[in-house]
Amino acid sequence: MSQATLRVQKISGHAGSVPGEDTQREYTVCKLIDTTTCIGCKACEVACMEWNDLPFGETVFDNTYQTMPETRWNYWNLILFNEHEREDGSLMWLMRKNQCMHCAEPGCLAACPADGAIVQYTNGIVDFQQANCIGCGYCITGCPFDIPKMNPKTHRVFKCTLCTDRVSEGLEPACIKSCPTGCLHFGSKDDMLDLAGKRAKQLRDHSNFPKAGVYDPPGVGGTGVVYVLHDATNPELYGGLPKNPHVPLSVKLWKGPLKWLGNVAMIGGLVGLFVHYLRYGPKAREEEDLAAKPGGGKS
Amino acid sequence: MSPSEQSIPHGHVLRYNLRERLTHWVAAAAYIYLLSTGLAFWSPWLFWLAAALGGAQVSRMLHPWAGLLFFASVWNMYVMWARQMKYTDDDRKWWKAVKYYSTNQDDKMPPAGRYNAGQKFLFWGFFWSSLLLLLSGIIMWSPQYFAWHSLIAMRISVLIHASAALFTIGLFMIHLYMGLFAERGAFGSVIRGDVSIAFAKRYHPAWYKEIVGESSSPRK
Repeated sequence: MSQATLRVQKISGHAGSVPGEDTQREYTVCKLIDTTTCIGCKACEVACMEWNDLPFGETVFDNTYQTMPETRWNYWNLILFNEHEREDGSLMWLMRKNQCMHCAEPGCLAACPADGAIVQYTNGIVDFQQANCIGCGYCITGCPFDIPKMNPKTHRVFKCTLCTDRVSEGLEPACIKSCPTGCLHFGSKDDMLDLAGKRAKQLRDHSNFPKAGVYDPPGVGGTGVVYVLHDATNPELYGGLPKNPHVPLSVKLWKGPLKWLGNVAMIGGLVGLFVHYLRYGPKAREEEDLAAKPGGGKS
Repeated sequence: MSPSEQSIPHGHVLRYNLRERLTHWVAAAAYIYLLSTGLAFWSPWLFWLAAALGGAQVSRMLHPWAGLLFFASVWNMYVMWARQMKYTDDDRKWWKAVKYYSTNQDDKMPPAGRYNAGQKFLFWGFFWSSLLLLLSGIIMWSPQYFAWHSLIAMRISVLIHASAALFTIGLFMIHLYMGLFAERGAFGSVIRGDVSIAFAKRYHPAWYKEIVGESSSPRK
């Protein structure tokens, strides 16, 4: 969704400069999800579908609270319900609202070959521009959180926009507005990290969660969505939240050394063949040389 | 390869029959399309190629189908030529002398058959690359049906696809150079089908001996 009021600082598959790079004095926005106060009511799921006008798809009932196993092209915000057995044998819910993490260094954007199909605004939001998407699915391979999903009918990829349209008008994302417990917060990255740190400290000091902490993985340059977790040393417990996510090695290899090697080889090959022709020319001029040496090749 | 299927000018011999020529040009057309669209996805600086070919969405949609066509023609080449492309001791000698070949001292080369060792390398290089491109390409074709656990397959496929494609680009550049510029007469052979006897004797003497027997007189 194109937003004229937001400037772009990174563009996928783009040759040349990026118009919004370093042009604007703007803070990075951030969504804070406090998993310790989430009650799994799914109001955020509904608000997301309402605001973004997403068609309602079939849910999957598997005898749990889980709406469906994973996000879909038309279901960008999904609470993952995890039953967790604590060391003392008691059970607890670990509920995590899952959506695009809006990485500072987005793997999807790095992998995308289509000019302008994925952009990152100066406020940090990573947004897909479906009009420019070519449906190759490379972004899916680039995401360490398995978030982008393709619409099989239109062959375009969709994901959470962090309600770009609302944020550009000074509003909070729809999911934030809907949360009844206040476990969702929205503001500048600095403010959210500050708040998250205080909440984690509170959990450690007063609520008997000594491993409580903030999830803002540095492997992807930090994220535009940060979590407060009861157990920050074990993010995998929360429906497979990766401990140290990074842009996949395959994407780094392909966009790094392989690309350079390939470009040098292709240009070098062209130049080499041209120089070879200048130096040696054709093997024989069909009319003259070939006819003049009918017995050539004898040995 | 019956010579009777078309008229050959005097002093020429048939090198490629109609099936071989058609297959070559189907492969060529498909490959050039695959190369142009593939390069568009390879580098932002070449993305305009996709725009010139009807848009990037169209290119993404047709690229896999062109790939199937290309693989089908490569498979047909395999059926036609696999036996003729077998490596022999003469080929090993040819590789040892390749510096004479690349500096146009063809009279110092050991006699080549219908295909010299370089052409055989091109053939097998394209054959195995095409197989890799096909397998990785099929995995990359419909990402909407791939679940999280197959992501690793897709990630590896992207790398394999790019690497194999780069290898074929190297082969393709040398192939174009040889056929269009270095070996005068080679391009005509894949259009009209025939080469001059002088061409046959110069570049493929063992093959020439094979088709005319030991007699040095031109074909009647």
